[in-house]
Amino acid sequence: MDAEEVSEADISPLDTFDIELRLLVDAVYLRYHYDFRRYAMASLKRRMTAAMSQFDCRTLSQLQDKVLHEPTVFSALLNYLTVQVSEMFRDPGYFLALRTSVLPLLRTYPSLKIWVAGCSTGEEAYSLAILLHEEGLLSRSLIYATDINPHALKKAEAGVYEIDRIAEFTDNHRKSGSTHSLSEYYTAAYDHAVFDAALKKHLVFSDHSLATDTVFAEVQFVSCRNVLIYFDRELQDRAVGLFRDALCRKGFLGIGAKESLGLSAHSEAFDKVAREHRIFQKKA
Amino acid sequence: MTERAASKPRFDAVTIGASAGGVEALSELLPRLPADLRASIVVVLHLPRERPSMLAEVFARRCALAVREAHDKDALRPGTVYFAPPDYHVLFDRGPQIALSTEALVQYSRPSIDVAFESAAELFRERLLAMVLTGANEDGAKGLRTVQECGGTTIVQSPQTAKSSLMPASALRSVRADHVLPLEDIATLMLAFHREGRL
Repeated sequence: MDAEEVSEADISPLDTFDIELRLLVDAVYLRYHYDFRRYAMASLKRRMTAAMSQFDCRTLSQLQDKVLHEPTVFSALLNYLTVQVSEMFRDPGYFLALRTSVLPLLRTYPSLKIWVAGCSTGEEAYSLAILLHEEGLLSRSLIYATDINPHALKKAEAGVYEIDRIAEFTDNHRKSGSTHSLSEYYTAAYDHAVFDAALKKHLVFSDHSLATDTVFAEVQFVSCRNVLIYFDRELQDRAVGLFRDALCRKGFLGIGAKESLGLSAHSEAFDKVAREHRIFQKKA
Repeated sequence: MTERAASKPRFDAVTIGASAGGVEALSELLPRLPADLRASIVVVLHLPRERPSMLAEVFARRCALAVREAHDKDALRPGTVYFAPPDYHVLFDRGPQIALSTEALVQYSRPSIDVAFESAAELFRERLLAMVLTGANEDGAKGLRTVQECGGTTIVQSPQTAKSSLMPASALRSVRADHVLPLEDIATLMLAFHREGRL
C-alpha cells in the first residue's frame, strides 16, 4: 500500500478496552507468569468480553482487580485466555496426507518422537496415536502433547469425551483413510467415550509454553494446528523457531490449513511436502 | 453533493454476510464492482464446514476485483475480495489484517457473520460499510447492530427481494439500517460511493 492508502485502523489511538486489555495481560504475566502479551488481539478481545460477563465485571479493569487478588479467578480465566475448541481428525485430509506422505518416511526411524504443540484437550494427540496404531508404528512411538492450560491437560490425560461429539469424530476418522472403526478405540460409558489405555501409554501430556519455554526433546514430527492463529507474528516466529530447533534433520512440521510459514523468519528452513495440507519438511 | 460527500467517511472495508441464496446474490453484486475499488471486501457466507470452498476460484473468474480466500494474518489490500474459509471465524486485527479463529460456533455457524461484523466494527468504526443479504437464519443481526453503534454504515437487502428473507428481516428488527435495497440498487449505491471517492 502506498502512503495514501494507509488505513485509519493503523494509526487510530487505542481505545479504552485495548488499553485495559494490555494492562490485564501485563498483570497476568507479572503475577502468574503466563505470557499472553504477544497473542493476536482480535479474538482475545472477544474472549475477554465473554469473561467480563462470566465474572460479573463491567470493565476489564474490574476483571484485572479480581485476577490480581483472587487466584481462583485467574485459574478460571485461563479457560478464556486460551482456546479449547478441538475435534478428533479435524481436516481429515491432513491425516490422509500424513498417511501417504509422512508416515512412509517416519517408518524408517527405529523409534519415533512426536510433539503435538498446543494440544488443548487432547483430541489431536489421540488422533495421531490412532493413526500411528493403524500404520503399525505406535509401539515404537512417543507423543509429547503440550499446552499451557492445566484444566485442558487434565481433560486430555483422562481421554474422556462427550458421546455426542463421537459422530463427528467417527465421520472425520473415516475420511482420514482409515479402514478401522473409531469404536475400536474407546468404551462408551453413559454419555461419555473413554479412550483406551493402550493409546495413553504412548502419550505424555505436559505443561509447556510456546511463549516462554524452550525445546525439551528432539522429535521427528511436530503437529501444531490452529494454534499459531492466536499468536502475533513475533510469537509465531518464536514458536516456529522452537519447532525448527526441536526437529531432527528432515523432520516434519504440520500447521493449520489456513496458516502459513510464508512470512515467518524460519520459512527458508523448510520445504513444502503437501502444500494444500500445510505439511513441511525441515531441510537437511 | 461534493461538499456533503467530503464530510462523509471513506470506507476502508466492506463486510458482506449471506447464507441461503448467497452465492446467487453475490453473483449479482460482486461482478459489478470495479477493480480500482479502494476498500477491501470481506464476505462471510455460510458453507458446509467439512469441505473446502471453491468460492474464491469461482468468483475470481467473474470479477474485476482480485478475489481470494482469507488466510490468517493476510494484510487487507484495496480492491480485493476475501472469502471467509469454511470452519473458521474471521476477525480483524490492527494492520489491518485478517485474524482467523476456530472458537466455538456462533449462531450455529463458523464462520459467523456476527463474529466478523463485531470485530470489523470495533476496528474500522465509521469507515466500515456492512451489509446483510439473503439467508435463512438470524446470524448477522447482532453484528450489524454493533456496526451501527460503532458509527459504520449499514445496508440490508430488502427482505421481499431476498431468496431467503429471514436473515435480512432479522437484521431489520435489530437495526434501523441506513439503506434497505434490492441487490441491483446495492450495486448502484456502491458504484456511487466509488465515484464519490468513498469506496
